[in-house]
Amino acid sequence: MTAVAPLALPAAFQPSNVDYLAILPLLIVFGAALVGVLVEAFAPRERRHVIQVGLAVVGLLGAAVAIIPAAGHQGVTMGLADGSTNRQMFALAVDGPALFMQGTIVLMGVLGILTMAERFGGTGPDAFTPSGASTPGSANETAAARAGALTSEVFPLTMFAIFGMMLFPTTNDLIGMFVALEVLSLPLYILSGLARRRRLLSQEASLKYFLLGAFSSAFFLFGTALLYGYAGSVYFGDLSRAIASGPLAMNGLLLPGAFLVFVGLLFKVGAVPFHAWTPDVYQGAPTPVTGFMAACTKAAAFGAILRLAYVGLDTGRWEWTNALVLVALLTMVVGAVLSVTQTDMKRLLAYSSIAHAGFILVGVLAFDRKAIGAVLFYLVAYGFATIAAFAIVSLVRQNGAEATHLSQWAGLGKRYPVVAGAFAFLMLAFAGIPLTSGFVSKFAVFSAAVGTGGATGTVLAVVGVVCSAITVFVYARVIVLMFFSDAPDDAVEVVTPSVSTTFSIAIGTLVTLALGVLPSALLDLADRASQFVR
Amino acid sequence: MNSYVPILFMLGLGFAFAALSVFTSLVVGPKRYNRAKLEAYECGIQPTPHAAGGGRVPIKYYLTAMLFIIFDIESIFLYPFAVAFNKLGLFALVEMVLFILTVFIAYAYVWRRGGLEWD
Amino acid sequence: MGTLVQTLASSPSALSTYAAGFATHEGEAHAATGVTAYAWLLVALPLLGAAVLLVGGRRTDKFGPVLATALSWGAFVVGALVFLAMLGRGPEDRAVGIDLFDWVAAGAFKVSAGLLVDQLSMTFVLLITFVGSLIHVYSLGYMEHDPDKRRFFAYLNLFVAAMLLLVLANSYLLLYVGWEGVGLASYLLIGFWNWNPAYATAANKAFVANRVGDFGLSIAIMVMFFHFGAVDFATVLGEAGTNANQGFMTAIGLMLLLGACGKSAQFPLQSWLGDAMAGPTPVSALIHAATMVTAGVYLVVRSAPIFEAAPTAQLVVVIVGAITLLFGAIVGCAKDDIKKALAASTMSQIGYMMLAAGLGPVGYAFAIFHLLTHGFFKAGMFLGAGSVMHGMNDQVDMRRFGGLSGAMKITWATFALGWLAILGVPPFSGFWSKDKIIEAAFIGEGWRPWVFGLATLIGAGITAFYMSRLFFMTFHGKKRWTDDVHPHESGKLMTVPMMVLALGSAFLGLIIGPTGLFTSWLEPVTGAEPEGAHPVIPVPVLMALTLVLVAGGAAFAWLRYWRDEVAVTAPAGNLLTQAARKDLYQDQVNEALLMRPGIHLTRSLVFADGKGVDGAAGGLAALVGGTSSRLRKLQNGFARSYALTMLAGVVAILGALWVIS
Repeated sequence: MTAVAPLALPAAFQPSNVDYLAILPLLIVFGAALVGVLVEAFAPRERRHVIQVGLAVVGLLGAAVAIIPAAGHQGVTMGLADGSTNRQMFALAVDGPALFMQGTIVLMGVLGILTMAERFGGTGPDAFTPSGASTPGSANETAAARAGALTSEVFPLTMFAIFGMMLFPTTNDLIGMFVALEVLSLPLYILSGLARRRRLLSQEASLKYFLLGAFSSAFFLFGTALLYGYAGSVYFGDLSRAIASGPLAMNGLLLPGAFLVFVGLLFKVGAVPFHAWTPDVYQGAPTPVTGFMAACTKAAAFGAILRLAYVGLDTGRWEWTNALVLVALLTMVVGAVLSVTQTDMKRLLAYSSIAHAGFILVGVLAFDRKAIGAVLFYLVAYGFATIAAFAIVSLVRQNGAEATHLSQWAGLGKRYPVVAGAFAFLMLAFAGIPLTSGFVSKFAVFSAAVGTGGATGTVLAVVGVVCSAITVFVYARVIVLMFFSDAPDDAVEVVTPSVSTTFSIAIGTLVTLALGVLPSALLDLADRASQFVR
Repeated sequence: MNSYVPILFMLGLGFAFAALSVFTSLVVGPKRYNRAKLEAYECGIQPTPHAAGGGRVPIKYYLTAMLFIIFDIESIFLYPFAVAFNKLGLFALVEMVLFILTVFIAYAYVWRRGGLEWD
Repeated sequence: MGTLVQTLASSPSALSTYAAGFATHEGEAHAATGVTAYAWLLVALPLLGAAVLLVGGRRTDKFGPVLATALSWGAFVVGALVFLAMLGRGPEDRAVGIDLFDWVAAGAFKVSAGLLVDQLSMTFVLLITFVGSLIHVYSLGYMEHDPDKRRFFAYLNLFVAAMLLLVLANSYLLLYVGWEGVGLASYLLIGFWNWNPAYATAANKAFVANRVGDFGLSIAIMVMFFHFGAVDFATVLGEAGTNANQGFMTAIGLMLLLGACGKSAQFPLQSWLGDAMAGPTPVSALIHAATMVTAGVYLVVRSAPIFEAAPTAQLVVVIVGAITLLFGAIVGCAKDDIKKALAASTMSQIGYMMLAAGLGPVGYAFAIFHLLTHGFFKAGMFLGAGSVMHGMNDQVDMRRFGGLSGAMKITWATFALGWLAILGVPPFSGFWSKDKIIEAAFIGEGWRPWVFGLATLIGAGITAFYMSRLFFMTFHGKKRWTDDVHPHESGKLMTVPMMVLALGSAFLGLIIGPTGLFTSWLEPVTGAEPEGAHPVIPVPVLMALTLVLVAGGAAFAWLRYWRDEVAVTAPAGNLLTQAARKDLYQDQVNEALLMRPGIHLTRSLVFADGKGVDGAAGGLAALVGGTSSRLRKLQNGFARSYALTMLAGVVAILGALWVIS
């Protein structure tokens, strides 16, 4: 009945083959996260913040370095091969796209950590509350603040999330993918609820994210179950082969199974109609977390989508492509159109991120090796710009609180030309103006879609260009507001950041510029990294 | 079909055991009623319209419950490991030590941050 | 890329055909030697200026403007040297390609950033750097008292750099970079005096219209890449001339035209140019008269092989040009704002160029020729208008001018030369270029020469009327000044550039027009003028007809605006006048056709998102009245309704798939 026979119990125990060098980056990040928990438990209070930031940054940089030897050990690992049935039962696939995504996530994670570490030279509080579980304004909260409770737990939490994100595009089976999904999600749910100011909004965001995330996980699991029913295995290699040789009569399981698994992943990237959480969570979460989440989660989830679409379910493409095309169209149109009327900066960036998810999906749907490179490039370009943009948002304040309403940004360019100029540049990158990374990435995905996506790809690309033309108005409006409007009387101020945030913003902006002017190196790397192993 | 017979057997055994336990306690157990015993839930939560803390259950309950679940899961993993220990060899031993160590780190964190203190 | 490789692989002769086809149109691009190898300095010098002024900040306030002007002249010197080096080579060896660096290299998709120095681009380079530098000098005087003049000069330099990049690029992608760059500079300069909200709105309007155009250009580039596997001129134009699918060529051509319409203020994207006059006058002269707005004409002429492979697209170009030239002329008759009247005239003149560019080989050279002479006389007149405004307390209403010829002799004289040139009075520059376009428009068979020829002829008459009206209302007739003005001639910094441009208006056409210098210079790029093509009306008759119409238009203007009293406030006027004053209702049409549906669409979509609508909430409530509250409650940030959305989405999409399969 099933295409692949269920696994018979082996006569003797076979330990799995583990290539430790290949998974070294993962191990380093996970280890650093665990040590971070111990630091939280045992290190003296006044030095925790410094130790945690240092540990996280060193861990991430170490992982980045470890990717170099890992690149020499590409292949499937953590499992065994069954010689008699020629089945490859490996939990992880360490290949080009996986390592590229790992490197991207790790480096963007460094910027994310540095933005979260902002304490304005010790003079001001950071973005997080010391007592996330307490009712806002309650006695518990005051007591926690008075007792000097710390906020350095965000760093191990972030590290666990980064570990999950690195694992996500590396997993080679549906169950592993689910575990990675949860590992990356759970810390994010907590982090979203830790905003120091506007606590109710933050808690609401956290709860919504959690509930809807659980809901989408259920879809993912249901899809996994259906696919297992179809193929008798959860390994991508088995799935692909089962679909290729499988009976047509079983399509009743395949089609909903494939789509439901995609739903779980599309939820993470904020694709329409699974996007509803995005604006609320982006707005409510502490701004540095939002930046981190927007950049890294998107990269990880698209890595997973790529693997699922190109390795696991590639043979059944004609079954589910239409669904994804529909989602991509909806995502671009809804994201672009709704961003037009946003009045809150963080919500605006949220809708912008939805629209960008749609553009990236266009690249995914081109089904070509070149398209994989384009998507990988897009994720890097978008991620760095996003982290820098949210870092700037966290600096624009009124009476100490972040000023996220658009009207508060009026005239910012006249009083803070450098900060506003950097933000305007990032807006231009989101808009896809030449000489920014946004242009090259959009061009790469759209031309891939037109080149190999056939008629569907052409339609998607045209809709994508129209939608990006719509979003240009949104970004232009922000630029006009900053440079051509008069500042209101109760004008906002740009607080002076410490070295860490300055570094994040500078790197994010410079990468955006560099990838716009000289994209060849990274395009080339992305292109060379675009081969999946099976 | 043969492979399902032991399962059916286990099922029957379970039902029989439950029925036997209830019946035995009815016959031999002492019958001393008090207020706590007559309440719907005997777990410590007062079934009043307003529980302590304004209708909310103190978060400490959940903390304890989660700790229990973590160790519960740990023991679930330990069972099959223990059963097949002699076949699995050094590899599995190292893996299990790593696993326990990881759980222990979480435990140390909870302990140091006062998660085990009730007040 | 795949298609190209396959084509080349399948037929070995394709390579040679391609090379041959390319040679006829573009001339072989040779490797750069000598001074030509430094052509990149053309872009780099002004860019350096912009960077120094913008990054240097207030420190450069003192020397910044002078530095910017010097660098602009530096670019002109480089351009002149390259030009001389080019003249030293034979006509077929003049085009030179310069590779700068590999810009995008991803697998099969390769774009190298490089410059194409050929006759066409050098014509533009000389125009841009020369007129641009003159306007830099003029601005030193015009912006003398502006506290922000450093920023102004930085933007001006940025513009020059971007414009030079646009014309020197050797691929559509790099051209697109310059295209966006000039758009950005134009946008910044229109909104330069942004304390006035109306000016900021004007900047926005220009931005919007340009985006619509840029959208067309980007689509064209993508279709190009899809069809040819490349976006550089050599491959695309070479292939277009030999083996191209006509449907694709039409699509590319129309999309390119859309881009050209946005940038050159052609129908139906013309609405922004009039409002763009909010910028400082030197900007209007440089960007919105002499150079940037002509980029559309450049694009069409540069893409000549594409348009020739797509007759439909070519016809649309001519139609757009004809409509715009009449449109601009009619609007120009009714405007009382001196700059807006000049803007309408610019639109109309570019209409002439566009029409000529659409006529094919008979028109290319004259389109560029007219572009060149127009660059001189229109910039000169704009500078004259700026000089008048300078003397009249920045007033722009011509009904409050009059009799200025006595007070501002130099301005009057230079303006008069520009006026004679645009009227097409022999022997001034405009005569040699515009008359040729009218002749070319009458060439052909069937209905076309009659329709398009008559349009250009009538346009010439109207042009004579409104330009004379402008000239007489400003410089002649009774003085209608407001009490507080004391007109005076402007300083040397301003008058000298005006004089130089006036010289160009007077003699440039005579020197390079009838002598055939210009057409033979451009011939390797635009192709030779076909032999034996004659207008349907004999040339002498046509010339006489034109001159009669021009004289008639000017005489009518003389009667009404010099001899007769001009009312200080505009009379009600007839229906056509009223319509023309309102730019023939272009804004209303745009609003009804484009903006309103757009707003409704966004509103109805926003409706699904309860929280983000603070700004739109008022309109939203008005739109849907009392029934909205129930619907809004349904989707007002509740996690449960979000979950419901997800579920509904899953079910709907699965259901749709089920139906399909």
